[in-house]
Amino acid sequence: MIEGIFVEGLVYGIMVLGVFITFRILSFPDLTVDGSFPLGAAIMAIMLTRGSNPWLALMLALAGGMLAGFVTALIHTKLKVPNLLAGILTMTMLWSINIRVLGNRANLTLVRRSTILSDVVQQLSPYMNSQVATLVFFLVVALVVKVLLDVFFHTDLGLTLGAMGNNEQMVINQGVNPEYMKLIGVGLSNGLVALSGAFVAQFQGFADVNLGQGIIVAGLASVMMGEFILRSNKIAMLTLRVLLGSILYRGLMYLGRYYGYYINLTPSDLRLITGLLIVVSLIVTQVRGERKWSGAGAAPLNGGEAKPGAVGASPDAEEAAVTRGPA
Amino acid sequence: MIKLVNISKVFSPGTVNENAAIRNVDLVVHEGDFITIIGSNGAGKTTLFNLISGNMLPTEGQVLINGRDVTKEHEYKRARYIGRIFQDPLLGTASNMTLEDNMMITHRKGHKGLRISLNNAMREFFREKLTSLEMGLEHRLKDNVGLLSGGQRQALTLLTMVISHPELILLDEHTAALDPRNAKVVLELTMRFIKDYGLTTMMITHNMNHAIQYGNRLLMMDKGEIILDISGAEKQALTVEKLVDKFHDIRKRTLESDEVMLST
Repeated sequence: MIEGIFVEGLVYGIMVLGVFITFRILSFPDLTVDGSFPLGAAIMAIMLTRGSNPWLALMLALAGGMLAGFVTALIHTKLKVPNLLAGILTMTMLWSINIRVLGNRANLTLVRRSTILSDVVQQLSPYMNSQVATLVFFLVVALVVKVLLDVFFHTDLGLTLGAMGNNEQMVINQGVNPEYMKLIGVGLSNGLVALSGAFVAQFQGFADVNLGQGIIVAGLASVMMGEFILRSNKIAMLTLRVLLGSILYRGLMYLGRYYGYYINLTPSDLRLITGLLIVVSLIVTQVRGERKWSGAGAAPLNGGEAKPGAVGASPDAEEAAVTRGPA
Repeated sequence: MIKLVNISKVFSPGTVNENAAIRNVDLVVHEGDFITIIGSNGAGKTTLFNLISGNMLPTEGQVLINGRDVTKEHEYKRARYIGRIFQDPLLGTASNMTLEDNMMITHRKGHKGLRISLNNAMREFFREKLTSLEMGLEHRLKDNVGLLSGGQRQALTLLTMVISHPELILLDEHTAALDPRNAKVVLELTMRFIKDYGLTTMMITHNMNHAIQYGNRLLMMDKGEIILDISGAEKQALTVEKLVDKFHDIRKRTLESDEVMLST
């Protein structure tokens, strides 16, 4: 049971990392996620069913997700469509595409197919039971993705991407095309989301076009829960807290599913709970922000920048204490 | 060398809100020029900068840089050789990133690759450069820029811009949003950098004394036109009174003191 929470938290955590990139780093509320998540699952499922190499399938799922992200970014930058609408457009189109990918089906089962996950579990079977093996596998996968992302955000390109959501003018002033940055950011984000979808398909044993419904809200709730856990300005800590937030969120959902009936809660109420979680998080951040009148870190949907404070005034000391990392 | 040829900018053309912000302006900026620009609100100073930096496309006319027509070149491309600092100190740096990250991003203009350039040698270089600001920032490389004061941020923006060796810098009232003490510090720093690095500079200011005191050339703008272009010995001998008189002679109306602030 506890393994189940961690496994779900980690496998969906890869998706949350993607959501974190768009919402927090790029300040680009990207709704493509609801379509690119099942896209990853669909590509994985159809490739496995056709008997191709599961690693190749995984790479294709990643590429498919990135492509979906590119489409959203291009609709936004080239046609000057607001980012929310661009995401909704791609997401809607992806629903049809996902059915096509699945071979004109709405879902596809992977029962008794050998997947990357089932192979690993089998390899590890002499040493541990399948639940622990699954947990170990997803722990390694999530950490590899996290560390690769950390490294990426330390490169010149990654740093510049980091400045995008905060200050686009600054990026332009460095002679960098902001449209190109958005393309990379949204593409990378959706690649991760599709990768997560591909793993969820293996874990759950099926792919379904409706797998993505409400994924963006779950991702956002996870990001926000993570922000309550710890504050930092280091990318390694930020990605870590994304994974922790995802595990925490799955834990709460688990409690809702298994103990919710005591208070007459049904599984269909969980989305309402998720939405309310986000609303409560927003209220808490807002109340905090008003008290302190400044606020990086945990902050509303627009990505962390509160109203610019009085120019020339020095920021308050409490904030300084929490954001400053060890030198 | 920057050359503006018969350049005009009209906002909302063909509507009741039609507004000619820049009217048939010709201007040559020579290498090493330090031009101060004054003019009342709405005179077109910032629009002029927007046209030079590529933030706006002119309605008519051409922008030439070293003889090359860059009229249609995108702002981000021109940013590789034109540095610009805005009045708002928040626009030059990313507040939720550390000082060293900010300096790394601004270190080299143009293409950003997948290399990790931020290493200890680079940090040492940043520290050395920050020391020249005399603000103690060299000890705060790991702090978020959002923790710095407006003056410190503007000084940092200035420093990073200067390190990138731009061919022209545009200063758009870059000290106007700072408190008097910080404004003085940043202005002195600006003058030092311009001298040390031999920067070609255009500076918009609301302060007539600054406009007279600094630079080798002074432009006065009014209603989208450059009405005065004074340089050399004439600029040296200029006083606020002479400037106000000249404005009156040209425009046949009195320059009101709240139009251009006469602070001393």
